[in-house]
Amino acid sequence: MKKSAIFAALLASTSAVPASAAGDLFIYTWGEYTPPEMVEKFEKTYGVKVHIDTYDSMETMLAKLKSGAGGYDIIVPGHDTMTILIGEKLLEPINVSAMPNYQHVDEMWRDVFWDKGRLYSAPWAWGSTGLAVDRDIVKGDDTSLKILFEPDDAVKGKINMLRDVNDVINMALRYLGKPRCNDNPEDLKAVLDLLTTQKQFVKSYNSETKELLVSGEAAVSMSWNGYAMRARDERPSIEYIYPKEGYTGWMDNVAVPKGAPDIENAKLWINFIMDPENAAMITNYARYANGIKGSEAFVDKALAGAPELSPPESAPAPEFLTACTPAVTKLYDRVWTKLLR
Amino acid sequence: MSARPLALSSRIPARVAHAGLLWPSLGVILAFMVAPIAIMLTYSFLVPGAYGGVEWTFSTAAYEQILFERDFLDDSLTFTPDYLIIVARSLLQATVATLLCLVISVPTAYYIATRPDRVKNIWLFLITIPYWVNLLIRTIALLFVLRDDGPINSALIDVGVIGQPLALSYNGFAISLGLIYSFLPFMVLPLYSAFERFDFRLLEAAYDLYASRRVAFFRIVLPVMRPGLIAGSLLVFIPSVGSYLAPDILGGGKTLMIGNLIGTQFQAARNWPFGAALSMILLTITLIVLFWLARRAAQQQMN
Repeated sequence: MKKSAIFAALLASTSAVPASAAGDLFIYTWGEYTPPEMVEKFEKTYGVKVHIDTYDSMETMLAKLKSGAGGYDIIVPGHDTMTILIGEKLLEPINVSAMPNYQHVDEMWRDVFWDKGRLYSAPWAWGSTGLAVDRDIVKGDDTSLKILFEPDDAVKGKINMLRDVNDVINMALRYLGKPRCNDNPEDLKAVLDLLTTQKQFVKSYNSETKELLVSGEAAVSMSWNGYAMRARDERPSIEYIYPKEGYTGWMDNVAVPKGAPDIENAKLWINFIMDPENAAMITNYARYANGIKGSEAFVDKALAGAPELSPPESAPAPEFLTACTPAVTKLYDRVWTKLLR
Repeated sequence: MSARPLALSSRIPARVAHAGLLWPSLGVILAFMVAPIAIMLTYSFLVPGAYGGVEWTFSTAAYEQILFERDFLDDSLTFTPDYLIIVARSLLQATVATLLCLVISVPTAYYIATRPDRVKNIWLFLITIPYWVNLLIRTIALLFVLRDDGPINSALIDVGVIGQPLALSYNGFAISLGLIYSFLPFMVLPLYSAFERFDFRLLEAAYDLYASRRVAFFRIVLPVMRPGLIAGSLLVFIPSVGSYLAPDILGGGKTLMIGNLIGTQFQAARNWPFGAALSMILLTITLIVLFWLARRAAQQQMN
């Protein structure tokens, strides 16, 4: 990680950064999530060098923060992880709601349950975890999770599941009509049975869903909406489905970890990303909705009416889950181990 | 004086001064091997923190978890084969990889060692070329070759040999292939140096004395080759047992090996002590294999 930071620094030093750089900004975020043009604009405006490291799961980020690895000014945790980070006192209270650009934040994303009154974080992007299907292979307009868990012959062996314990088990729980963050042993036995039966038809448990969909290796995949849209760009028969049994909604938030080397630069960045024109860059690049009013004007026309960004009337509302308790995490891990043993 | 250039001053005996030269390497071993293992050992006897990390309470639960679990329904302590299956799979995959590497490497190393010097160097150079690229990148590249729309399947379909793509990726076969591909040179190079040192006149002498090919191989070639075989096998077996990338990328995450299980414990499962305990088990397996080979080698010498 350090190495890539140095590499990024080398790259940055050859690009258009003013010689009078007012320090550095170290960002730790999801891959393919931060628009390069946005970074460039920030660097030009404030003369701050931006360095980006990436993670592929909340667990990776959490494990790294918990192991005491410092050096980051900005992290981008999902809303369920926000609860843990605040509870464990791992975030700096930076009073985001007092920042000038906070006025642009959509009402809907202001008093959120994971950060009451936005003391710690600003909205980055939000989306959902549903299904992406290849309509050339999966005919019809069924929006049931049956496509995934009790697949037709054409789909068998062409299923990809996200490599995420919680997402996989939650999706199975929804199909079975059971509550989420479930510690009922009977329900978990049923989940394990469902997933074990399904496993023989699963190609892989992989979070690189776009690759698998575009190459045609997966005809059905659990997927985030933005990834599904990027897949559709390259393979038009891909359709994103909001399952009728329900699906997970999530919001990634920009926050400052305790002990950040440069809190002032971190605040500059957070205020900067709440500007509608800048927030629109996030949507244009990562293909997820941002939480900023007025950004629509700057979003690419092609994205405006995209089905991946606006659920149909008939779809249920996304479910924003809290992090499960350690006891549930332990049970989920046992289901996962038994599934993949 | 000029004969003892390393003695720092005439007042310091040469032996002490030379021992001083060891300090940097001892320091590296202490800081980067002994200390991490001590931390792992300590953590393996603690209790997991709620969201990762550890709590400083002594417990052997992490080791018990490898063999026993609380039952889903009635909370009784029962035997579970889950983790043993994963350990066994790791050992099996590593053994298969080692044997296949051996089969491929013996003729390869023999061929290279018997070429003229100039050609020899070209071959050795070719063997090491893949190592200029990071293991992760090579593993992903191999996935691209094996996948459904990769060059192998596309070519076979174009030629008309098969109608549907062969299942080359995301299974045990792909994992084996990945391990062999990753660690093959570790087998070829020690074998090469063993063949290189081999005095082929001994073989001629054996034939002159009416040894059969079989006898010549087992009595003349094999004893000389043994150190190379052992070194190569260890260099392939040890990283294969703990392999993380091959099952993760080529296996599509469908089956765990011990390396993946350890990774999961530090991330999604948030059970660092169990991850640490599994690491200690992996280390123990490695040490057992090493000691077993060392003892056999000692016995061979006595005979």
